[in-house]
Amino acid sequence: MTTFDPHATPPAADTDLPAGEVADASPGNAYEALNEGDDPRWAYGTGFADPLAGVDTRVPDGVDAADLAAYCLMLGDDALVMSHRLQEWCTRAPELEEEVALANIALDLLGQARLLLSRAGTADGSGRDEDALAFLRDAGDFRNVRLAEAVNGDFGHAMARLLVFSTWRLALLGHLTGSRDPVLAAVAVKGVKELTYHRDYAAGWVVRLGDGTAYSRERMREGFAAVWPFVPELFVPHEVESRLVVAGVAADPATVRAEFDAVLDQVLTAATLTRPPGTGPAEPLGRAGTHTEALSTLLSELQDIARTHPEATW
Amino acid sequence: MADLQEHFDRTIERDQRVEPRDWMPDGYRKTMIRQIAQHAHSEIIGMQPEGAWITRAPSLRRKAILLAKVQDEAGHGLYLYCAAETLGADRTELTEMLIEGRQKYSSIFNYPTLTYADVGVIGWLVDGAAICNQVPLCRSSYGPYARAMIRICKEESFHQRQGYELLMTMMKRGTEAQRAMVRDAVDRWWWPSLMMFGPPDDASPNTARSMAWKIKRHTNDELRQRFVDMTVPQAEALGVTLPDPELRWNPERGHHDFGAIDWSELQRVISGNGPCNAERMAVRRAAHEDGAWVREAAAAHARKASAVSRQEVVV
Repeated sequence: MTTFDPHATPPAADTDLPAGEVADASPGNAYEALNEGDDPRWAYGTGFADPLAGVDTRVPDGVDAADLAAYCLMLGDDALVMSHRLQEWCTRAPELEEEVALANIALDLLGQARLLLSRAGTADGSGRDEDALAFLRDAGDFRNVRLAEAVNGDFGHAMARLLVFSTWRLALLGHLTGSRDPVLAAVAVKGVKELTYHRDYAAGWVVRLGDGTAYSRERMREGFAAVWPFVPELFVPHEVESRLVVAGVAADPATVRAEFDAVLDQVLTAATLTRPPGTGPAEPLGRAGTHTEALSTLLSELQDIARTHPEATW
Repeated sequence: MADLQEHFDRTIERDQRVEPRDWMPDGYRKTMIRQIAQHAHSEIIGMQPEGAWITRAPSLRRKAILLAKVQDEAGHGLYLYCAAETLGADRTELTEMLIEGRQKYSSIFNYPTLTYADVGVIGWLVDGAAICNQVPLCRSSYGPYARAMIRICKEESFHQRQGYELLMTMMKRGTEAQRAMVRDAVDRWWWPSLMMFGPPDDASPNTARSMAWKIKRHTNDELRQRFVDMTVPQAEALGVTLPDPELRWNPERGHHDFGAIDWSELQRVISGNGPCNAERMAVRRAAHEDGAWVREAAAAHARKASAVSRQEVVV
């Protein structure tokens, strides 16, 4: 960069775009190109009008389309709501490395949510897109587990929840890589790589905090105590899941309990912690639309602008 | 000593880079630390005005774009603090200087973000102004800073285009309410954006020395003029009017003339009395203080782990 041309797109020679992209823009106003259509390269993974482009989106033979759509909403809502709670950490993390990591995990989950909601909207034939499903459903229509919606606590709570959530979801997606639904299988293949990192990140912090100072150990212990009542719900299949397990589409949450227990025991031992006492309801409450009040508060924020401007284009 | 000074002077004169292990005058080191730290602080404080809209973003695509952008800003802060550390500064101390008010950050982040259009206008005008300021810093005489700036400028340019694209969508495909939001946001951000280049040249005491050391390549007024000239055609393409009745092309100068900047406002905001100074500092201080136990625990765990590994070596 030896010259500075105020009439060029600011650091024209240094953009991430291929050279031809800059050269093609008209010399007087490099921004004119922006008037035409939607350039997907502006943000990695954020520009595709149809995130499922290229994947066979037909519902497989013998699979109930309404069940498949409901199941995609379950997995998609888990990711969307959990991502929201992680987004709330932005500018509040204990260290800059944690800012970057938490945003990264939130972005991964948001990406998974977008694929799954889009799949739900095509599978059920309603034609609703990801935004219609995220912004125009009420709390009772959300199908996420209640673990994801609980209000944020301190960083110990965040790491307890993330370890539980990512260990459980990684186990489920591991099974889903062999789903008969090609879209779910594709989402799972991508998600397994992401969740392996999320679980590793959370486990590292659980160990550091559990085996850190007396104070951090207490914070970590309280974090697990707050999260634990939501754990039994994770392993009880909703009837939609049970039917789709038989159809070779869904992962049976009951079968991933052993893997979950083994991972949690290993991490808790390294963290010098034990499983909290106490338990919670072993019923698929969130999957059936029964939520805590935390979800409606969360949605009033998530959906605020989109609902205030129903005719708007963003 | 004279040899060292002579070697430094020759490095600057030949447009070569000063590297961390090279001898440098104390004044150069202090000026660089201050410049890099204030830039790092600006990235971190700058996460707040836009970060506040992530959870409310009106589409999932916009949410992903904004979250990625704010994450980039945290990343920029990280590399800049690392660049300052190559000069012997310490990140924790710099952070403490920020939250105690002993070091500044860019005043632009003391203005509020009132609607989602502000996210687009910050990308277009604030990131645009930052790019005008920062592209010449890719040639800063201090090597680690210059190299960090190359990566930062690439990402800033991406953010600017995303901001502009949001505004273009709102203006060309949106509702009248959305267009009104864009116009209102442009009206509020235009003058503060011009102030981002700092005081006029005749009132900028450090400029001459920084230019001589080649840690600054253009004066504040030169960069401000470039920004205005760059932005006017973009505003036309967008269909918004910049809020300055004196703004017009001057064929004799080959530049746009523009109205007088209210420097008393900049002075007021810099001295702590902008609309959001207290809030920005409170959020940063709370994150730092609420996170203290986490950082202490990580350090305690690392000490235990290294004690265990030393024992294993002995055994």
